[in-house]
Amino acid sequence: MDTFTIAGKTFSSRLIVGTGKYSSPAVMVQAHEASGAEMITVAVRRVNLDRTKESLLDYIDTSKYFLLPNTAGCYTADEAVRTARLGREVGLSNWVKLEVIGDEKTLFPDNEALLEATRVLVREGFVVLPYTNDDPVVCRKLEEAGAAAVMPLGAPIGSGLGIQNTNNIRIIREFARVPVIVDAGVGTASDAALAMELGADGVLMNTAIAGAQAPIAMAEAMKLAVRAGRLAYLSGRIPRKMYANASSPVEGLVGR
Amino acid sequence: MIKLNGDPYEVAGPLTVAELLARLDIDSRRVAVEHNLAILKRDTFDRTTIADGDEVEIVNFVGGG
Repeated sequence: MDTFTIAGKTFSSRLIVGTGKYSSPAVMVQAHEASGAEMITVAVRRVNLDRTKESLLDYIDTSKYFLLPNTAGCYTADEAVRTARLGREVGLSNWVKLEVIGDEKTLFPDNEALLEATRVLVREGFVVLPYTNDDPVVCRKLEEAGAAAVMPLGAPIGSGLGIQNTNNIRIIREFARVPVIVDAGVGTASDAALAMELGADGVLMNTAIAGAQAPIAMAEAMKLAVRAGRLAYLSGRIPRKMYANASSPVEGLVGR
Repeated sequence: MIKLNGDPYEVAGPLTVAELLARLDIDSRRVAVEHNLAILKRDTFDRTTIADGDEVEIVNFVGGG
């Protein structure tokens, strides 16, 4: 069984999915099922005091899915740390997908603030999974700061542009001694497969599934793509060559 | 008057966090509460008193990526 482990917790699915932007809770539930994911991200926000909206947790079987609270929307280390602490109290798990955003338009992470928040939360006993730029040096620093995994972006959040810098993802995987999860930027199944072929240990996505015209079918496509990409990575692809190399024998051709 | 999730909220005298959650019809097992910037452990909800002028934040999980 090809499993992967973060901070001592072992997962058999390498696909992590979100809970945002679904057209309805029912679609979300079925998409989660179809994705085969075991870990699901959630955001931490003020409760809706008018109580007309149902709670997200009404729709997530927490005995089946492991919840990973994020710090989405935080622009400073302090905000992210505060949100992570609140998330821990809601979910009673010390895991956090740490986001510290540095720019509104691109939602690119703020490297310095991310490192600072990682150090604080690691000291407090959190299992920190930072959403980071696809920069091998930043990933190394995050690992040194105690991150349990590094989660480089493939492309901007929600952009669906696919892996923009394949070589960086490959280098990050080569250097890192913690799991590497490509987080953000996936648009379609081949993007997820590519991330896995580059050696990523997992892929995290939300919009690619939730925003698809048929989210449940796309969730299944992503499950298959992650598995296909992982198998291809483990199988050792052939080297790229400049010219053809015939698959069929060149001897014994009829009429020669 | 307290400040609840950033907005003024009228309370008739001191009450505990557990009482506030009950009044708001909120399941205490699904939220986290910050009282004057200090995050409360769930088992302290029934002995933490909110007084006039206090700031309270109640958060839960919502959809996100």
